[in-house]
Amino acid sequence: MHLDDMFERAEEYRAESAGVEHEVRVCMAASCQSSGAQPVFAALSEGGQGDACRVKAVGCMGLCSAGPLVAVAEVAAPNEAPVLYRDVRAADAPDILASVGRQPVERLRCPTDQPFFTRQQRIVLANAGIIDPDSFKGYVAAGGYFALIQALTEMTPAEVVQEVTKSGLRGRGGGGYPTGLKWSTVAKMPPGQKYVICNADEGDPGAFMDRAVLESDPHRILEGMAIAAYAVGANKGYVYVRAEYPLAVERIATAIRKAKRAGFMGNRIAETQFSFDVEIRLGAGAFVCGEETALMASIEGLRGQPRPRPPYPAQAGLWGYPTLINNVETYANIAPIIREGGDWFADIGTERSKGTKVFALAGTIRNTGLIEVPMGTTLRDIIEVIGGGIPGGKAFKAVQTGGPSGGCLPAAMLDIPVDYDSLRELGTIMGSGGMIIMDETSSMVDVARYFMEFCMSESCGKCVPCRAGTLQMHGLLDKIAKARGSAQDLALLEELCDMVQATSLCGLGQTAPNPVLSTLRYFREEYEERLAAAQV
Amino acid sequence: MPIPAPPTNVRVVTFQIDGRDYSAREDETIIEVARENGIPIPSLCYLEGLSTWGACRLCLVELAGSPRLVAACATQVAEGLQIYTDTPRLQRYRRTILELLFAERNHVCSVCVSNGHCELQALAQRYGLDHVRVPYRHVAYEVDASHEMFRVDHNRCILCTRCVRVCDEVEGAHTWDVMGRGSDCRVITDMNRPWGASDTCTSCGKCVQVCPTGALVKQGTSVGEMTKDLHFLPYITRRRHNR
Repeated sequence: MHLDDMFERAEEYRAESAGVEHEVRVCMAASCQSSGAQPVFAALSEGGQGDACRVKAVGCMGLCSAGPLVAVAEVAAPNEAPVLYRDVRAADAPDILASVGRQPVERLRCPTDQPFFTRQQRIVLANAGIIDPDSFKGYVAAGGYFALIQALTEMTPAEVVQEVTKSGLRGRGGGGYPTGLKWSTVAKMPPGQKYVICNADEGDPGAFMDRAVLESDPHRILEGMAIAAYAVGANKGYVYVRAEYPLAVERIATAIRKAKRAGFMGNRIAETQFSFDVEIRLGAGAFVCGEETALMASIEGLRGQPRPRPPYPAQAGLWGYPTLINNVETYANIAPIIREGGDWFADIGTERSKGTKVFALAGTIRNTGLIEVPMGTTLRDIIEVIGGGIPGGKAFKAVQTGGPSGGCLPAAMLDIPVDYDSLRELGTIMGSGGMIIMDETSSMVDVARYFMEFCMSESCGKCVPCRAGTLQMHGLLDKIAKARGSAQDLALLEELCDMVQATSLCGLGQTAPNPVLSTLRYFREEYEERLAAAQV
Repeated sequence: MPIPAPPTNVRVVTFQIDGRDYSAREDETIIEVARENGIPIPSLCYLEGLSTWGACRLCLVELAGSPRLVAACATQVAEGLQIYTDTPRLQRYRRTILELLFAERNHVCSVCVSNGHCELQALAQRYGLDHVRVPYRHVAYEVDASHEMFRVDHNRCILCTRCVRVCDEVEGAHTWDVMGRGSDCRVITDMNRPWGASDTCTSCGKCVQVCPTGALVKQGTSVGEMTKDLHFLPYITRRRHNR
């Protein structure tokens, strides 16, 4: 198959929906479903399917706090913002359907000219909320699988790696390791059995970026993985996704099935020599399985616990073979990079952090949901402008980024641009993109204790510093939080933080002290208040 | 003139440990070289003849020019490395790790069958651990004495998994494994059945001999009577390797 055939096929798919003037898109991602999108979809489908109007289940539209969301879009004007309705109930279906092509229903309307929508730049989420995640044709009609065909027929594997390197893309799972470098390491290993793995074991509290991408645009991940496999010389891939994401699992499984049927997966893809097959592996709820060596052990059917590196997975990974392991969002960036070129991608973002980043806004913030902004956007823009600030007239206190491996930043740090390096300098990390916003009523000692409890119960128990260290740190934090601690306890806590950070086996333990260290750095007075309260 | 030597794949590297020069094959780990030369790097999970585990973190060493510590058991030597095995920082970390181990379970030496023959106790003495600053956890675990020859006391276990590895890798029975998470991990026999009811256990006793503490012991031993013999392990692995 060549690009021309692909264009033809996409044209055919578009022609199938000729005559459809309007689309009624219902968000059927997990958060909208949990607020009642299913009956809305049923009611709309029952009354609304017609030649000129089509009711469609789509993925995440972003503004989860206003769900269930329904959008009415004019097919002829794809660049125009659709009419968006918020908090839709099944009873609203007749009104919405009656309004299609006429005046919008004002009482349900959610303005789309607010910064939450206008300030975003969508690359990873380009199709989210627009295409039907279960529809193969929909993905192809939206330009899907072009990049794969382009890579297979017009580029050598080395050129693909070059393009990714040129883009400056860095791992979106949190570490920020240059993706191109990782790919070229695996590609340079001698030919033979190699694997690619998609890490979809998203476990940070408050983070749901990967879930949304898998639920909204699963083919994009498969396309990215196939391109990666071609670039590094692998023929087998695994999607490791946590079992707590049943909808995401279902959609990626459907996508794999449909891609296979259409010949985009399996033997001799697009009539080239390239063969690639993907299997799903389910995580059984262990946070540590997001760590790459533990994840691979889990895929192998072993106990999910990390092992010392080196050897790195690129050298000896799954069953000892060279393995490329990337995060969901990293793979989601690949197809656009191949299609538009690495230079295009490198123009977005900051000097050392390229492209966009998806963030999940959670906590006390007006617009809870999923956003995608260029790297280098300031925290203030994200929280106050896009996120709409703190509801209820309360004052902002801290933002927690990077989950249990990250840290809390105070209001004074809001003007820093969000990129890998500046966050690391401030004692936190980009992480996979979870942002928990806290107002003045939150106690930072309690926050630190919460995250330490999380690390303690998620420690696999292999290495001593993490297993016994998180337990003792949690005990000390609990003591301080309950105003029973002393200055010696705080000193011991700081000593344990240093020790656990320096000596733990894997990232889970090495970063477990970060929430404590960052709250001590910016909110030390809160700890001291608790200590003072104990002495009274 | 002799016949020219055939090309060899073995490369030898030279490096420094604590300021003294050493040489080794480049596929040797730091701890192997250190043991060979009598440099006492402490460890509880590493054992010559078993696979590398890298979990006790006591064998961490410093490399000149790198802020990261590396585990001596899991790091191969390289040309020009400057390795430091006993800096004040390492001593401090090791002492804290030992404290954490003592606080995690019940390690009361005076009533332990391994008193005087215990690797944990020996390390505590070496690092001058005369008290523990963190609170003891005080969780009571069961003692499984269902096996006719051996006994497992989980209160003495430090989860080094030497028993798991020797059973799997040397004896080939894989009776032992680990279950649970965090500090509540436990070594189990078969699918968490009593040891005495295990179908796979061959009663070879290798696990008892490699256990560094008084967690795995022979039945009928009293305080201080349980001595262990680790010498069979390098012997077996060397014989196997030669074959």
